[in-house]
Amino acid sequence: MSAVLEQIFQVGFLAAIIRIATPLAFATLGEMFSERAGVLNLGIEGIMLLCAMTGFTATSLSGSLWLGVLVAVLTGMLMGALHALFTVALGLSQHVCGIGVTLFSSGLAYFLYRLIFGQQSVPPAIKGFQTLPIPVLSDIPVLGPAVFNQFALVYMVIIAIPLAAFVLYRTPWGLSVRMVGENPRAADSAGVSVIATRFQAVILGGALMGLAGAFLSMAQFNAFTFGVVSGRGWVAIALVVFGRWDPWRSAGAALLFAFVDALQLRMQASGLGHIPYEAFLMLPFIFTIVAMAVMSRNAVAPSALLKPFRREER
Amino acid sequence: MFRLEVRNSTPTWFNLALPLVAIAATLVLCSGLIALAGAGVLESYGVMFTASLGDSYAITETLVRAAPMIFTGLAVAVAFRAKFWNIGAEGQLLAGAVASCFVGAIPMPGALAMLLMAIVGAAAGAAVALVPATLRVKFKVDDVVSSLLLNSVIYYALMALIEGPWKDSFSGYPISPPIEDSANFPVLVEGTRLHLGVIVALIAAPLIWFLIARTTLGFRIRVTGENPEAARYGGIPVERVLLSTALMSGALAGLAGVGEVGGVHFQVMSDISPGYGYSGIVVAMLARLNPLGVVPAAIFLAAVMTGAEAMSRATGVPAFLSDVIQGTALLAMLVALLFTAYRIRRVGAAR
Repeated sequence: MSAVLEQIFQVGFLAAIIRIATPLAFATLGEMFSERAGVLNLGIEGIMLLCAMTGFTATSLSGSLWLGVLVAVLTGMLMGALHALFTVALGLSQHVCGIGVTLFSSGLAYFLYRLIFGQQSVPPAIKGFQTLPIPVLSDIPVLGPAVFNQFALVYMVIIAIPLAAFVLYRTPWGLSVRMVGENPRAADSAGVSVIATRFQAVILGGALMGLAGAFLSMAQFNAFTFGVVSGRGWVAIALVVFGRWDPWRSAGAALLFAFVDALQLRMQASGLGHIPYEAFLMLPFIFTIVAMAVMSRNAVAPSALLKPFRREER
Repeated sequence: MFRLEVRNSTPTWFNLALPLVAIAATLVLCSGLIALAGAGVLESYGVMFTASLGDSYAITETLVRAAPMIFTGLAVAVAFRAKFWNIGAEGQLLAGAVASCFVGAIPMPGALAMLLMAIVGAAAGAAVALVPATLRVKFKVDDVVSSLLLNSVIYYALMALIEGPWKDSFSGYPISPPIEDSANFPVLVEGTRLHLGVIVALIAAPLIWFLIARTTLGFRIRVTGENPEAARYGGIPVERVLLSTALMSGALAGLAGVGEVGGVHFQVMSDISPGYGYSGIVVAMLARLNPLGVVPAAIFLAAVMTGAEAMSRATGVPAFLSDVIQGTALLAMLVALLFTAYRIRRVGAAR
């Protein structure tokens, strides 16, 4: 047993956890900003897929990885704006719109991909992001090669987590976001534009979902396949709840899920197949549903989540 | 200047006009993608129409495709009427498929097998839907997120089955063993795939309509959805109504899975549902949550799906256009529904 444990817990394992956590952390932070402003974005699954496609395509056509990332981020912002147009400006029901945005964006992603690349037996690939060792830090034993010999996008998410916490808790804009998510009426009386703030939060969320999609098709798989996202958007929805709408806890939840996922992959590879790997993949969803039931007594969800704001209606 | 005015009532013709306007807007918007693919817009839509509704065989294929979406559409319509936000029809469908596949594989007389498949499949779907409803009633857990997340749980459970105990040891494919031949739903028109389940779906719609519109339970469901406070004040046990609604909604979604196993695939595989549960949301919204409207709405989506494949072969436009049409139709319908709440008035000019 100890030999197996040794094989599981090594540098490669830690590095794998970080890599699995990265797109989830981006997506979770994106969903969190949107929900903190009072807008549930179930479009996340489709938005990530569309961004993975546009980022991959831009890189494939231009040869520039960073142009691809930029295109993915812009795509995410555009789809965020679309979701906000329906749910914030028009005040339509958030969950149904979100499903609509997911159906629309995943359909569009498949359609455009097939149109641009045709039907090929081997999916076209790009030379994706390469690991970028950080001098000195990457020499730290165990932690160094696992954390500081990673893709540039991994370093971005490591910076994004404290930055998100700072923006949300220490800036006037972050205060506005929390106000419009908790009590839009009061925010409005205090001179905060509920509509504008919600738009900004959902668009920022879309940008982060774009980074998540870009990581999948340009660093993790270096190709766009129809299963490139395969439920990671839904995982992010769960992680936001599990992380209690807080940037640190949400990122921690992403890391925890990545640990379980990496463990599951290792156990499959090492032939410890007594427990079906699907049991591990189910865990975050089951944990979240249980956590929701336990947490409901001390409501931590943004109070105005799912509620459209119309100034003239009181 | 134009101004939005709150509407108090909507004319009846809106029920028909709004979905038609939404569908027309969708087709116009999506024609841009056809043009982008370098094909003729009218030609492509023409192929789509003839291939899905142009002759009797095509119509049977479309109806076979529509059947699961009639069931999931009804499931969503019933749930949304009570404002039980069931986004979990996909998982409930899968649960129904797995349960009916278990039963269908047991040797027994065909008629009995089919009946048991339907009962067990419906019960499995209902059991899954009961989870988010119970959590909402007992713990005030948001049903949108919990029902959505359950889809993934059920999906992985299905995968664990077909990659584990159910795995075909001979071919190694992750598919369940087939159900008994005698349990295969009878085909109604020779030379087609039009099976018994399709007729059951077509009969279910008016039955559910009757239940919602004419029975006490239906009345309670509607009042609970429209005004839970008033319902409670009027002595309606809102919690019990929500749980009953969930059971009914889940059972209907489960039947969608039963039909796919008994009438189309005769076994369970990972892609047994190409998102029929989510399509049910589109269907229900296009139908304005009216069970009778679910049938034409499901047939429309089914026609788009079957038609898109033929269109792709004939014109080279990727068949994924049907997915875009689905998403666009849902969003267009939501926007169109604004006209039921508001009307646009011209103001200012006359003064």
